[in-house]
Amino acid sequence: MVENRPFAQFMAYLTLALGVVIVAFPVYLAIMASTFDTATIINGNMPLVPGDQAAENYSRTLFYGGMHARQPVGMMMLNSMVMAMGIAVGKILISILSAFAVVYFKFPFRKTAFWIIFITLMLPVEVRIYPTYKIVADLGLLDTYTGLILPLIASATGTLLFRQFFMTIPDELLEASKIDGAGAFRFFKDTLLPLSLTTVAALFVIQFIYGWNQYLWPLLITTKSSMQTIVIGIKMMITTTDALTEWNVAMTTAVLAMLPPVLVVIFMQRLFVKGLVETEK
Amino acid sequence: MEKRAHISGWTLPLLLILPQMAITVVFFYWPASQAIWQSFLREDAFGLASEFVGFENYVFLFEQPEYYRAMVTTVIFSTLVAFFSLACALLLATQADKNIRAGQAFKTLLIWPYAVAPAIAGVLWLFMFHPTLGTLSRPINALGINWNPMLNGNHAMTLLVLSATWKQISYNFLFFLAGLQSIPKSVIEAAAIDGAGPIRRFWTVIFPLLSPTTFFLLVVTIVYVFFETFGIIDAVTGGGPAGQTTTLVYKVYADGRLGGDLGGSAAQSVILMIIVIALTAVQFRYVERKVQY
Amino acid sequence: MAGVTLDTVRKIYAGNVEAVKGVSLGIEDGSFCVLVGPSGCGKSTLLRMIAGLETISGGEVKIGDRVVNQMEPADRDIAMVFQNYALYPHMSVYDNMAYGLKNRKTPKDEIDRRVKEAARILAIESFLARKPRQLSGGQRQRVAMGRAIVRKPQVFLFDEPLSNLDAKLRVQMRVEIKRLQRALGVTSIYVTHDQVEAMTLSDKLVVMSGGQIEQVGSPAEVYRRPETRFVATFIGSPPMNILPGTVEGPGRVSVGGQSIAVTDMREGLTPGSAIEVGLRPEDVQAGGAGASSLSMDIDFVEELGATQLFHGKVAGAEFIVQASTGQLPADTRNLTLAVDPGNVHLFDPQTTKRLGRV
Repeated sequence: MVENRPFAQFMAYLTLALGVVIVAFPVYLAIMASTFDTATIINGNMPLVPGDQAAENYSRTLFYGGMHARQPVGMMMLNSMVMAMGIAVGKILISILSAFAVVYFKFPFRKTAFWIIFITLMLPVEVRIYPTYKIVADLGLLDTYTGLILPLIASATGTLLFRQFFMTIPDELLEASKIDGAGAFRFFKDTLLPLSLTTVAALFVIQFIYGWNQYLWPLLITTKSSMQTIVIGIKMMITTTDALTEWNVAMTTAVLAMLPPVLVVIFMQRLFVKGLVETEK
Repeated sequence: MEKRAHISGWTLPLLLILPQMAITVVFFYWPASQAIWQSFLREDAFGLASEFVGFENYVFLFEQPEYYRAMVTTVIFSTLVAFFSLACALLLATQADKNIRAGQAFKTLLIWPYAVAPAIAGVLWLFMFHPTLGTLSRPINALGINWNPMLNGNHAMTLLVLSATWKQISYNFLFFLAGLQSIPKSVIEAAAIDGAGPIRRFWTVIFPLLSPTTFFLLVVTIVYVFFETFGIIDAVTGGGPAGQTTTLVYKVYADGRLGGDLGGSAAQSVILMIIVIALTAVQFRYVERKVQY
Repeated sequence: MAGVTLDTVRKIYAGNVEAVKGVSLGIEDGSFCVLVGPSGCGKSTLLRMIAGLETISGGEVKIGDRVVNQMEPADRDIAMVFQNYALYPHMSVYDNMAYGLKNRKTPKDEIDRRVKEAARILAIESFLARKPRQLSGGQRQRVAMGRAIVRKPQVFLFDEPLSNLDAKLRVQMRVEIKRLQRALGVTSIYVTHDQVEAMTLSDKLVVMSGGQIEQVGSPAEVYRRPETRFVATFIGSPPMNILPGTVEGPGRVSVGGQSIAVTDMREGLTPGSAIEVGLRPEDVQAGGAGASSLSMDIDFVEELGATQLFHGKVAGAEFIVQASTGQLPADTRNLTLAVDPGNVHLFDPQTTKRLGRV
């Protein structure tokens, strides 16, 4: 900066610190709530320092679940994990293959194919929920992992991201590979894939978060409690009448639900930022 | 953009693109066309027979005061969230852009809410502002406000705006920070030599240079409020009280699921699609300009 | 090893742009052939067609006695050094060199032997474990060469391999490439726009312009007897001076009223017709007064150290004379130039072709 006045510096620290506090406070409360019993929370005077019920809350939530969900949250987390991993891996797989085809080959209807993929940017799940639901139901995929994952793995973002990255790879690398006797498969495996690793990782981080946080779709197609994801599960815990809501369990679940994606963001920040910035063109 | 070098053959590329094509057609184009088709049909109560009714579903939709209310709710909700999340993010980004130590640490501490699911964000804020047990409800009641988002539509909307803004700040912050860091320092130094103070520099030099980022984030945030806040609404208010926080997307869900009115729901879906296409088109015009720039 | 034969090779791009307009050329086994020309003259396209990276629109390319038109690059038994080296960024130097051999199912110990040998020849043994990004430009250049030589191909193709290096390194690598090619004796085709590289490296020099061959010959032939005005001005630095003149009679032309004798002149040219007279800056003698001489007004002098360039005008046209430093006082304003009749080149103003003896 041009000037580095101490006052401006002080204000910067102050503003940022305030921002961090505001951003963190709701989560702090949730963590606190996960250390008390229901009664302490219900009476509206929850202390702002941790209580002594943490072990009890977490073990009960993970392995038994709440009164209403009746489903161990550990199980829900497993479902969420399967869905998030499935979406992330599936999306990477189909989009890297289709981007490879679109960028490195000339074939009939290539442009058309690209546009067909591209236009899906304009069709979020939310605008076509019931017809999609009907198809998944007709295919007998309700309450299955396939039904949770498959409709969400096709989207233009991944293909566009890989296409964009492939375009930055010099043409000469393909030419050198051709001269070195590598066919399409070898070029993909030996050159393109190793070079794409960062992009793959960045996309994985973003898609893992996207998958983990899905709400509407699992809400629609899962009816069995054994297929519930954690984000849906927590909603089930609090929609009953106030008096019966086990807030300690709900908040413990909330903390558990935030944990995997937040850890991913914090520990893979560089990949996360890269993925975020680059998937948005 | 086009590669100079290609691999020959066209059966392999067709095989490579097949999985994506299949999923796209089955889960995107087919349902979307179904939605369009259904929006012209009316089903009987048991879903056994349906007849073609033309634009009747649309006409009916626009005769419903609830639909206009959902529209107004959506507009208010998006405007508020867009304004607050952009303003807060810009303020934080300008501060983090100052060469302060711990800038990176602050960045980490500010971006993680992006990873929190909208529904979870809603639950966190509901807990904080719960009418009977919320930690912050008591101080508000002490101010003489009878705080109850379960019963008061304005309170419910406030709560939704707060949670949706909270979640979106991190995203906008990240992009604003990147935008600020890409402004050449020499431009700011030139402005300083031209006698502009820090605040004047911000409004006359930095803010105009950030306008592409701002515009981009505005569109993204609107799309976010339209669609992704579904989880927040469902978890916090369920569209209530008395439908006062029902947005367009939530209404599609509620009418189809709870009301069983598939034709009406489909007509709403089609209108939403048109809105998304319009927003995306606006965004592309911007991207195009950026490319030329 | 094998020679390369091109027979009326054409390249037509979409939109009927003809980049290479029917080139025929024979490159002898073991020779070093340089394709030189300004950018856009089709030299790179020609090279890439030989490599198999561009389809051939017409004509025939033979490597040895095999027609390779329809063959994949990998099957043509060639190796190529790219302008940007095209090293695989994620592979070590060793793997970069071994990759082509691995793809051809060469036994492991054979690969190892060949890579180590190439590394020894190129003095890159100590870098074998490094990634390309950890290398300097010159080192990358050597790895790119190494990748080519481990394969022991029939033909080496070089696409402006030195243009990404700084001037000093370029001279050094140029010498190394020449030495290496001599030692290995592999037929080499080398594309460049740099006429110094072209002159120093080639056994066979091919000057191209506008998708066609202007002249083929040894560097000395091309320099001594350029077939067209384009070749005359493209090869040689500073370029050949071209003066407007008229035919006086057999063996004599006049430039601005001054008569010059010419050895190599087409017979039967009409006296009084216009003709272009080419003189290399290094071929005219300052100060001498022989049978044919020209007078020159000097504008300024460029000092090059060993030599000086006198810029000025002869018969109203721009003219440069190169002289050893000290031969002429730097403040010379006028010169009389002695012209050796053997050093005068004549060109047809219309066709730009040489008007020498048939």
